[in-house]
Amino acid sequence: MSLLEVKNLVVEFPGRHGTLRALDDISFSIAPGEILGVVGESGAGKSLTGAAIIGLLEAPGRIASGEIWLEGGRIDNLDFEAMRHIRGKRIGAIFQDPLTSLNPLYTVGRQLTETIRAHLPVSAREARERAISLLNDTGIPGAQARIDHYPHQFSGGMRQRVVIALALAAEPKLIVADEPTTALDVSIQAQIINLLKTVCKQHGAAVMLITHDMGVIAETCDRVAVLYAGRIAEIGPVHEVINHPAHPYTAGLMAAIPDMTQDRARLHQIDGAMPRLNAIPAGCAFNPRCDRVFGKCKEVRPSLMQAQVTQAACWLNEVAA
Amino acid sequence: MQIKQWLVRLGNSDVGYSFRTSPVAMAAATIAFICIFCAVFANWVAPHNPFDLSTLELSEARLPPSWDPLGSAKFLLGTDDQGRDILSALMYGARISLAVGFASVALSVLVGVTLGLLSGFLGGWVDSFLMRLCDVMLSFPAILVALLIAGVGRALFPNAQDGLALVVLIVSITLTGWVQYARTVRGSTLVERNKEYVQAARVTGVSKLRIMRRHVLPNVMGPVLVLATIQVATAIIIEATLSFLGVGAPPTSPSLGTLIRVGNDYLFSGEWWITVFPGMMLVTISLSVNLLGDWLRDALNPRLR
Amino acid sequence: MKPEGQALVQAKDLAMVFDVSAPWLNRVLERKPRTLLHAVDGVSFEIQKGKTLALVGESGCGKSTVAKLLVGLYEPTRGHLTYDGLDAHAIFKTPAGLKLRSRIQMIFQDPYASLNPRWRVEAIVGEPLIEHGLVTEPEALKERVAQLLTSVGLSALDMAKYPHQFSGGQRQRISIARALATNPEFLVCDEPTSALDVSVQAQVLNIMKDLQRDLGLTYLFISHNLAVVRHVSDDVGVMYLGRLVELADKESLFANPRHPYTRMLLDAIPKMHDTGQARTPVIGEVPNPLNPPTGCAFHPRCLHANQRCREVRPELHEFQGIKIACHAVEEGRI
Repeated sequence: MSLLEVKNLVVEFPGRHGTLRALDDISFSIAPGEILGVVGESGAGKSLTGAAIIGLLEAPGRIASGEIWLEGGRIDNLDFEAMRHIRGKRIGAIFQDPLTSLNPLYTVGRQLTETIRAHLPVSAREARERAISLLNDTGIPGAQARIDHYPHQFSGGMRQRVVIALALAAEPKLIVADEPTTALDVSIQAQIINLLKTVCKQHGAAVMLITHDMGVIAETCDRVAVLYAGRIAEIGPVHEVINHPAHPYTAGLMAAIPDMTQDRARLHQIDGAMPRLNAIPAGCAFNPRCDRVFGKCKEVRPSLMQAQVTQAACWLNEVAA
Repeated sequence: MQIKQWLVRLGNSDVGYSFRTSPVAMAAATIAFICIFCAVFANWVAPHNPFDLSTLELSEARLPPSWDPLGSAKFLLGTDDQGRDILSALMYGARISLAVGFASVALSVLVGVTLGLLSGFLGGWVDSFLMRLCDVMLSFPAILVALLIAGVGRALFPNAQDGLALVVLIVSITLTGWVQYARTVRGSTLVERNKEYVQAARVTGVSKLRIMRRHVLPNVMGPVLVLATIQVATAIIIEATLSFLGVGAPPTSPSLGTLIRVGNDYLFSGEWWITVFPGMMLVTISLSVNLLGDWLRDALNPRLR
Repeated sequence: MKPEGQALVQAKDLAMVFDVSAPWLNRVLERKPRTLLHAVDGVSFEIQKGKTLALVGESGCGKSTVAKLLVGLYEPTRGHLTYDGLDAHAIFKTPAGLKLRSRIQMIFQDPYASLNPRWRVEAIVGEPLIEHGLVTEPEALKERVAQLLTSVGLSALDMAKYPHQFSGGQRQRISIARALATNPEFLVCDEPTSALDVSVQAQVLNIMKDLQRDLGLTYLFISHNLAVVRHVSDDVGVMYLGRLVELADKESLFANPRHPYTRMLLDAIPKMHDTGQARTPVIGEVPNPLNPPTGCAFHPRCLHANQRCREVRPELHEFQGIKIACHAVEEGRI
């Protein structure tokens, strides 16, 4: 049974000029212990997907339809109190900016023990020991002493490690990480990516890793979902999606990324830009920019269909009847 | 045609939409507009001219409002001790109050924005000096400054009493009012100064003065508009206070505050209307301008849109 | 790198020190010393006409400060900048500085902050033209602005719009159009594509390459993204804590990185395609620039550091066709 199951999720933003559909019929699942990457450009809706799952959609955004199932129970229709129990205990979250993710007025130890005791029935002493062991797991040297330090006494990379420890504090089964390495230096990124992988496997947590950086995805994830204009363009095992993409957008994206290993005179570019939410074309959202577009693409929206190994929302993969 | 087009665009903009959907804003704007209209066109709107001595008759003094059995339909809100129609006096009085209010705010904005821009952009000792000056000005209450200047003014120009009174009022309210603009604009300038479009202008070789005036100024004026709107109300009240204390507008060209003071003497003899109606007018104007300012602040806040 | 004649841009021992001390009163009361930030500490390089030098490094390495030094936004506390044989900073202070500024322009990182939100595009792109007196008639101005916009792939009708009506990539193109208004020879690009999506980045990088070829531009390209650097540059300089640690042509740097920091950087980049190379582990973090390590700034994180590395600061020397500042490499230990 999958840990997280998202079925036909639709997220809308009612506004002055009409309702904007930010996520349009998204479906995917995450198995226990798996690392799923959610990649896309700005405006594709990847952060919104994470926010919808954690239940932190900012008003006026709301889940218009669809279901989110966590370990066999629905969570999208829970009220605030019920969702509060789920958050932290069963779903942990890591956000982009480690500076603002931690309360600057409390010591790191206090924030950790507070989270632990909020969700687990342990004494103060046990909670503190757990906190120290978590800090050790996330590679913070001298955890015994540093547990009583304030966030500003940690460097950026160390802070992100503390945030990861905080996310794991109540032993959640799923961690939603929204651009956890984007604000960090390249050399620290490598350390944090490694840490995320090992520590989550160690604690048995699945990860939903949201990012725009394909390199990070390639090194961390088992599977990846590519979002475009609020829809899933392609989903599948990471190396298949990167090396044998079945959707023209994925292919264009991979080709546009400058590669460390080869020299190219011109980068492949996808002309145009992702459509604004209030101007999504009929049929396939990518059709105006696609170099392999044909008639059906402009009329009927493709659903996710099986390609060779991955699943792609593209009529090119339609198996001729 | 141009103006009509501009109005239509304004109405359709985010701010215009926010206005159309906010009953408070529309009510406040309507009331404020009516008050301002009456004040500006008092000559034509007011039923009587309370300052034309030839029309006053002592026999008509201290008449209660028209709905009271002793009142007269000729004077809707009653008359004061000299036979002046209260309703007309309200309109003329509002004119003075509003004139002082707007003039002092305009002057405050001019002084405050200029000093704030210079302070934020030039930095260094200019900044330190101006900010210390702000601190000093803030530690003086506006009323005290006004009393001081009024006293000095009267001592220096004992003959030019009445004309000077309004100037003194405006200057003293400005002297304490400019500080908040300077501070706000300085803060915004510090932020904008480091933005890349300012750096781009510097790389191009544009002079500092031009950058301040053409690049930074348009971008820091937003909060100033909100502050100014709210400060009009404050200025009107300060003016009323000063007039009430006797150092503001003289009885010959009374503002609302003066009217309240004049009427105060008759409050305990039962002639409540002489002081209450100017008071209500004052409250109405201040409240509607304040509400407008509040709405404007929220409407212009991009995060809330 | 073989110099062919005099280089267009020559930086010699450039240094920039910022005084970030606490206010005088605090220093006296708390007996704190002055705090100085050596953002750039002795950087020297040359750029040939028509070529692109890329400067890479992580946060705190000083590459953005170098960019600002080169366009005259800062004045160096030490060192010289020679542009086409002229002492740039001396000239910036004189009236002739305006002419020099028309030859050097800059493109910034943040597409949202680099255009004045209250100005129309026509005014934004036209400002350098007016400032330098290149065009005076309004009609001629419109024409030139239209020409600049089309050269970066936008339409002439866009000049009537405001910046917020454009996407990030389009705004960056407007920035490029503005930078090209005075027909400069040298463009300093401070992370121009870091804030853009990958597909948009590809468009902007392609445009920049085309423009370089068509107009004979020289670029100084600042970035933290080595893959992008590989695509655009001819030569690459790696900076760490305000110093240049390696300066080489692109092929040498990527095929055979010598300096331990360069190697660590190249290794650390998350790669899309598995190259099968063994990875050296990344140790530690970039130290606080206010308190740099003694000797070689990289020694606390370097596996090859010895006593000399801890005491003596390595200078940038020629070594087998490239320039490198590393005792271990020069001593043949690596």
